[in-house]
Amino acid sequence: MEDRIVKSITRMVIPFIQLYGVFIILHGHITPGGGFSGGTLIGTSLILYTLVFGLPTAKKKFSHRMSQIAESGGIIVYVGIGLVGLFISGQFLTNINAGFPLGEPGELLSGGMIPLLMIAIGIKVASTMVSLFHLLIEGDLDADHPGIR
Amino acid sequence: MQIIQVFVDNINFIGAVALFLIGLRTVVTKKNLIKRIMGLNIMGTSIFLFLVAIGNVTGGVPPILSGEEGVTYINPIPSVLILTGIVVVVSITVYSLSLTVKIYEMYGTINQDELTNLIREDDLHD
Amino acid sequence: MKKHLLNVLFLILFGILVYSIIEMPTMQTVDAPSYNEVTEYYIENAVNETGSVNFISAILADYRGFDTLGETIVLFTSVIAVASVLRTVKKKEEEEA
Repeated sequence: MEDRIVKSITRMVIPFIQLYGVFIILHGHITPGGGFSGGTLIGTSLILYTLVFGLPTAKKKFSHRMSQIAESGGIIVYVGIGLVGLFISGQFLTNINAGFPLGEPGELLSGGMIPLLMIAIGIKVASTMVSLFHLLIEGDLDADHPGIR
Repeated sequence: MQIIQVFVDNINFIGAVALFLIGLRTVVTKKNLIKRIMGLNIMGTSIFLFLVAIGNVTGGVPPILSGEEGVTYINPIPSVLILTGIVVVVSITVYSLSLTVKIYEMYGTINQDELTNLIREDDLHD
Repeated sequence: MKKHLLNVLFLILFGILVYSIIEMPTMQTVDAPSYNEVTEYYIENAVNETGSVNFISAILADYRGFDTLGETIVLFTSVIAVASVLRTVKKKEEEEA
């Protein structure tokens, strides 16, 4: 987009949207929310960046390589946490039998493995949303009248 | 008056059924491919509303542990089940939209009647 | 003519479904058939066994964590499916050029 007001306000607003998304992911075991809604917020902020600043600029910030790392890394971290439980106590994906520290209910550092799983899910959902948007928009660049430049 | 009382008590379920029928009518009647995909999405959303309305308790509080005694929480299990449902509906919508992009590249139109004629001519030529 | 027949058919379908909703057992109270022992077990024992105050997060990540793993696999598969359909455009252009 060529508009100067939209670009300035987007540059100011996107860090706050991402901060809110990280807050919702990390407090998944205290307040409503969790990994899926927080990941959607972070993905939406990156889609806003793509819409305002154009596709080539956004592809430099979130390239194909980073999308590969984020997608595979989310599932590998999830399965890795499950395998930790398997090696320690013989059950896949357990919380209290695998020795994760539970802490006081209501604090930020509580819940054992639940915040770690929420972080993995959040990264994966954000990367999925941005990858799908870039894939659906890409074909427009090669036409005669480019869509988003 | 009892009919109105029954209607107001089950307003969530009746709304879910109405959304389902709106989505179904969109899939059956419209000729544009993208509108029909949106109709599928609306049908999926209506089922989520139905599931969450099953778990509701009149006068209940959200299922976060509060320090007070004697509160009834709403049923948390249907809210967990719809998270998987949302992911499935998003997957179906995205895949259908990508196939629509390929259809537009190949045939130049996304109207169902023109597509039927074009595909029939393609089959006759092959 | 066809449109009027379709509208009447949808109104009949709406009537049948609303009648089946009226015949449902008592819902939206604590006596509902879906508020059974499983829900009471989750509500009573979630804080002691998982340490999280949010019941839905405890069910999603601890009691039913395997379903969440399957869900992330569905997200991954959808990205691969869309990429396999839409990313071959560049390869065709590179082969032609």
